[in-house]
Amino acid sequence: MEKSIKKIQADALKELEKASGRKEINDISIRYLGRKGVVTQLLRNIPDLPKSKRAETGKNANVLKKTLDQVFKEALKQLELKTSASDECIDVSLPGRPAVNGSLHPITRITQEICDIFTRIGFEIVEGPEIETDYYNFEALNFPKNHPARDMQDTFYISENIVLRTHTSPVQIRTMKKQTPPVRVIAPGKVYRCDSDLTHTAMFHQVEGLLVDENISFGDLKGILTTFVHQMFDDQTNLRFRPSFFPFTEPSAEVDILCVICRGKGCRVCSQTGWLEVLGSGMVHPALFENVDYDPERYTGFAFGMGVERIAMLKYGIDDIRRYFENDNRFLRQF
Amino acid sequence: MKVSLSWLNDYVTIEMGIDRLADELTMAGLEVETVSDRYAYLENVIVSRIDHIDPHPNADKLQLCILNAGDRSVNVVCGAPNVKTGMLVPLALPGSVLPDGSVLKESTIRGSASFGMICSEKELGFGTDAGGIMELDPSLTIGEKLAKALNLSDPVIEIDLTPNRPDCLSVIGIAREIAVIQKTKLKYPDFIISETGNEIKNFSSVTIDAPDLCPRYVARLLTDIKIKESPFWLQERLLSVGLRPINNIVDTTNFVLMETGQPLHAFDFDQLAQNKIIVRSARKGEIFTTLDNKERRLSKNMLMICDGEKPVAIGGVMGGLNSEIEDTTTRVLIESAYFNPMSIRKTSKKLGLNTEASHRFERGIDPDGTVSSINRAALLMAKLSEGKLVPGMIDEYPNKIPVKTISLSVNATNRLLGTVFKRNEIKNYLESIEFKVSKGDSESLRVTHPSFRVDITRPQDLMEEVARLSGYNNIPTTFPAMPAEAVTPLKPLETRNRIKQKMVGFGFSETITYSFIHPSACDHLRLNENDPRRKIVKILNPLTDDQAVMRTSLVPGLLETMHRNISRQEINIKLFEIGRIYFNTGNDNQPDESEILAGLWSGSRFPASWHQKGIDCDFFDLKGVVEELFSSLKMKDLEFTGLPDKSFTYTKPGFSSGIYSKGEYLGMMGEVHPGVLENFNLKQSAYIFELDMDKLQTLLPDIVQFNPVPIYPSVPRDITIIIDKNIESRTILKNVETAGEEWIEKLYIFDIYDGDPIPSGKRSISFRIIYRSTERTLEDEEVNRVHKIITTRLLKKFKADLPA
Repeated sequence: MEKSIKKIQADALKELEKASGRKEINDISIRYLGRKGVVTQLLRNIPDLPKSKRAETGKNANVLKKTLDQVFKEALKQLELKTSASDECIDVSLPGRPAVNGSLHPITRITQEICDIFTRIGFEIVEGPEIETDYYNFEALNFPKNHPARDMQDTFYISENIVLRTHTSPVQIRTMKKQTPPVRVIAPGKVYRCDSDLTHTAMFHQVEGLLVDENISFGDLKGILTTFVHQMFDDQTNLRFRPSFFPFTEPSAEVDILCVICRGKGCRVCSQTGWLEVLGSGMVHPALFENVDYDPERYTGFAFGMGVERIAMLKYGIDDIRRYFENDNRFLRQF
Repeated sequence: MKVSLSWLNDYVTIEMGIDRLADELTMAGLEVETVSDRYAYLENVIVSRIDHIDPHPNADKLQLCILNAGDRSVNVVCGAPNVKTGMLVPLALPGSVLPDGSVLKESTIRGSASFGMICSEKELGFGTDAGGIMELDPSLTIGEKLAKALNLSDPVIEIDLTPNRPDCLSVIGIAREIAVIQKTKLKYPDFIISETGNEIKNFSSVTIDAPDLCPRYVARLLTDIKIKESPFWLQERLLSVGLRPINNIVDTTNFVLMETGQPLHAFDFDQLAQNKIIVRSARKGEIFTTLDNKERRLSKNMLMICDGEKPVAIGGVMGGLNSEIEDTTTRVLIESAYFNPMSIRKTSKKLGLNTEASHRFERGIDPDGTVSSINRAALLMAKLSEGKLVPGMIDEYPNKIPVKTISLSVNATNRLLGTVFKRNEIKNYLESIEFKVSKGDSESLRVTHPSFRVDITRPQDLMEEVARLSGYNNIPTTFPAMPAEAVTPLKPLETRNRIKQKMVGFGFSETITYSFIHPSACDHLRLNENDPRRKIVKILNPLTDDQAVMRTSLVPGLLETMHRNISRQEINIKLFEIGRIYFNTGNDNQPDESEILAGLWSGSRFPASWHQKGIDCDFFDLKGVVEELFSSLKMKDLEFTGLPDKSFTYTKPGFSSGIYSKGEYLGMMGEVHPGVLENFNLKQSAYIFELDMDKLQTLLPDIVQFNPVPIYPSVPRDITIIIDKNIESRTILKNVETAGEEWIEKLYIFDIYDGDPIPSGKRSISFRIIYRSTERTLEDEEVNRVHKIITTRLLKKFKADLPA
């Protein structure tokens, strides 16, 4: 018996030596250690041995089983280490199991980007109602009733005195009524105008800002907006300020940036002018300060506003404003 | 405001190229929108030579001409008497748009094909001669574009004027700005008044009964006039800015309106009863027919110009048909007035009638321009109509419009602008635009604005002029000194952004849909009659029916988005939106607004791929998202109740759930009701959820509290019971959880089965309980004991059985 155990071990090792592939090793392993394997058979026969031999043979057979098991495993391991990719591999070019990600709407992305820039400078974000009273949307902002300036913003009316806000500027008034200077806020949000074509949708998004303190000048307005444009686009982007009119600012300025597409050479996006209008701004009109009980002799300030859709169009090269609200999967998933 | 360069040149010699001019005007605050060429319409008109003429086989007065067009020959049917072989003529090719608006096409005239038109002066807009073909200089190059050959070019600039600059609603106004830019002189049109006959007072009178609405009314009279076509130069001027010539009198009023910005009106004097003018406010319900032959119902406070008996014009808006200039008119009364801007605006809005006149009156014209403009017009009319100008004018000016003098502090100016201007510099800037400036106290100026600058009311208006004239871009760029204060983040915005990020992580794409929807949306959602979401806010002036009311739910927008995507073959849809909904709170109140998060999942659970087939998503896919969302926000105690509230009319009964936290209703989720799917034209099932962001905000934990990680091993035990189908799983789990066994760390269902051999009406539920103590390693026996107690209690409580 003893001899037989040794022989089994020697045979197994000899066979293993000749084996070359994983399958062969596995086959040998099964032949010896499998359910009907030589060693298994040996162990199964132990109860039939004479009592005196049982203990020792049993022990040796178990050692044999363990040894072979280890030898086979080691052989497999060695083989694995040696194996080249050519004979056993997976098709790594197949796509992986999807870990599905969604996407943020481009308007959200750009709004966040704008807000981040201003909060880094020290502005606080504020919000207000989208359906406003005529007072907050117009009157307090120095748009008197029956003034042609009201034509600048086609308005949706809910009643004679309630409107869908045409800009987020009412939030400026609400903020100033609540706190005393210094005021440094930006107000992002949805706004509505009764106007729809290739470049206008009846709903769109604005971010407006307001800074009021002692000794705030038009030069400061230029400084803050230049910083903003350089952060939003890049610091090579030239700006120009030109006179304009908004009832709630005086002086008022439009801010153009050098066309980000053609760099000023003239293209379709900038209608060959080389410039793109991106911001409206100006020094807060004293009438507003009177409306919120700030002393116009003591405080000055500036306000500015921009359309998020417009900035997003420039940043991403989106060509049609209506795409934003169609929410086509193939549009959304690009952002 | 549109103006041609050649017209501007009458008042200021333009020294810049057109691009530079457009740029300078824009930078001066007069934004140039477009620059076009007056002769752009000649694009398809070329110089050609008549090579051959044949009589038309079917018409005596027509001829068949073969023209040399340079690179080809063109056959044209022509009826002009003066065509000859060898003559150079302008040839308009198909596609040409002629000044009368007609578009030229290839045509067949009496059986002969014609591939263009040989044009007369009049047809080309060069003159009044329509008698024959325009003969061109024989030295011109055949085939060349006519505009180039004749050197025709007149740029027309269109300026988008802001409402504060009505003074620039005239050619002279714009010329004045150009003169300032160039630092050159403005030439006003000069004229010498020549009058004959009796004073106007002997013929007519003006009475102003409404001085508030009409502070000034000036009138002049012409007699012995002949109505005829205007001379070419005048027609040309009007055409260059898009006005249609009518006759010498009307054209003159329009010309002077464009030139000076003063609206004028010409009445047929013999149609004015008693030859007089009475200015009064309209009577309620009065009906009047305007020049455009439309009946207008008037209301009180509208200003009427009347003769001795009846209204003849709506003041400042439009004249009446009853006093229109006719071909037979021989005497003309010219009106040049200053009307109250607000009143004109109200009238124009109310009547929906926006005219060149009302546009200027409502923005404010120059109150002193009334006199010079009427003189200019009267003399021009007299000349063009061979009429006589009656001496004198009527000038009723009951309410004198004051000219303001403003004190301007140099320090305050520099403080606002961030500049260091000296007093004299400021003075020079203001004087360059015709302001009268004198020195005030030690550091201020006293400034009187010219009468045409009606926008100047405060010192800030003057500061803007100074900034504008010095150039905004020359003002130094500085930075405000700001206190180093930390900014408090806006809580709701932070939460919103956090949730958006999570939803994106769960594979949902953010949508933004319109806040306004179709009024039928409530019906489409099958909302009950008394559902609060029927308290809709309506828009009085919607653009379309689709956008006529403010939404009270985000669901219609998401379902429409789903429909749009499916119609574009995008059938796997995972969308969410965070937006406001609006509730009517009664007439003239500001509506309530609240913020909602809504999500929609339709189509497959995973994109189909080689590892798995596309399996449709279901209720539990979306529920998993909602649960994980709350878990990621560290919100506990979430409950989904299966009993559908009656208001869940748009989700399928039995497949809807309310979502609660700590007893508070947060929202709902479920499978979209088949009826609703049909209403939105959808054929594939969809699952939605809605959460109240405002409420969620209040329940959000402020801080995350750390719990020590357990150090002792856990002991799992399973249990399977056969239980009545109607008992919700959450009831069973809750019973286990709340029984007070401190070692229960976690429990979860891992199998549910309700087929054979389970008796019908019952199901088998298997769940695993994980036991763990925070103090020691638990012994098997003690866990078994507890597990047995729990099992027994469950069986008893729910009349359940163990599996056979």
